[in-house]
Amino acid sequence: MGRFIGALRRIIWVLLCAVVLSACSDRASFHAQEITGAEFGRDFALPDTEGQVRRLADFRGEVVALYFGFIQCPDVCPTALARAVEVKRLLGAQGERFRVVFITVDPERDRPGVVRAYLDAFDPTFVGLIPPDAATLEATAKAFRVFYRKVPTGASYTMDHTATTFVYDPKGKLRLAVPHAMGATQFAEDVARLLAEAP
Amino acid sequence: MTRFVVRRNLLAWLVVGAVAGVTATAHAQAPVTITDPWVRATVPGQKATGAFLQITAHEAVTLVGGKTPVAPVVEIHEMKMVGDRMQMRALPNGLAIGAGQTVALEPGGYHVMLIDLPKAVEVGQKVPLTLTFTTTNGERLDVDIEAEVRPLGRMGRPMSHGGLGHGPQR
Ligand SMILES: [Cu+2]
Repeated sequence: MGRFIGALRRIIWVLLCAVVLSACSDRASFHAQEITGAEFGRDFALPDTEGQVRRLADFRGEVVALYFGFIQCPDVCPTALARAVEVKRLLGAQGERFRVVFITVDPERDRPGVVRAYLDAFDPTFVGLIPPDAATLEATAKAFRVFYRKVPTGASYTMDHTATTFVYDPKGKLRLAVPHAMGATQFAEDVARLLAEAP
Repeated sequence: MTRFVVRRNLLAWLVVGAVAGVTATAHAQAPVTITDPWVRATVPGQKATGAFLQITAHEAVTLVGGKTPVAPVVEIHEMKMVGDRMQMRALPNGLAIGAGQTVALEPGGYHVMLIDLPKAVEVGQKVPLTLTFTTTNGERLDVDIEAEVRPLGRMGRPMSHGGLGHGPQR
């Protein structure tokens, strides 16, 4: 009887360990939603604030964080960009391989000069892309499954838009969808993991 | 921290006249207290920004609008996330605040939107702002404040400014 209980205890112990380990390995995955193998968001080809057309391939070797937004936005966009600044800081020396790319969904108002000045207020290495016309904006948003819509407010208009940040690994593959609410620390941990995959 | 002036635009006052004693009473019974007002800095060419602050209402009021010399249009807005989408809307009926309630206008929620800025607002600048409230008996109330301009890159929920310790420190 004692032996039986001992064996049972051992079995329960092993099972417990297995459960704990699998839970741990789950937790060791990314904080953000993994979208590896996604059928969308393969590439973009848009002029930057200097007028030079940029593609995803320009940033090989770097983890790219891609965000769609607009500059006349007092709240969500600056918060997302400030978080990106914090992520870069948390990465330390590795931060040099973290690239933020901002695509405006309001090219009518967000002209290259103001986009450059705006991004410079966060980090001069942040890249701003301006779709040259409405059709290009529409095609780009569609290619990334990003929603945007012009909404009139009393005196002006605002843009509803997807606030998710898309993250690419150093090989240029789309890997993560980072929700607006995720904190900088978790974001930085995810970026560090992607950078470690391709040192 | 914030010096502000309350003006009650009561029709009755016009009849009675702006007697000094009445004004003093209005000061003593300021129906709202505004704390920690700030405006997010902009860059040249940027046409809009937000003002953020906390409002404590000592009687039920509704924030219906505002005025500032730095922007021709002032609106009361709400920002929210709907799923993964951000939405910003003007509040058509203003922002109602119950008696004894404190409402924070902060990133991720409400803000006072300053629209059509003719020039950039810069860090360190003080932005005069008049907030207009209505009370339950239809009275109109103007509150003058000064909001300091803080960096564009300021995080939504600052770590250094906890919820405590605001108010009459200085
Ligand atoms: Cu707004």
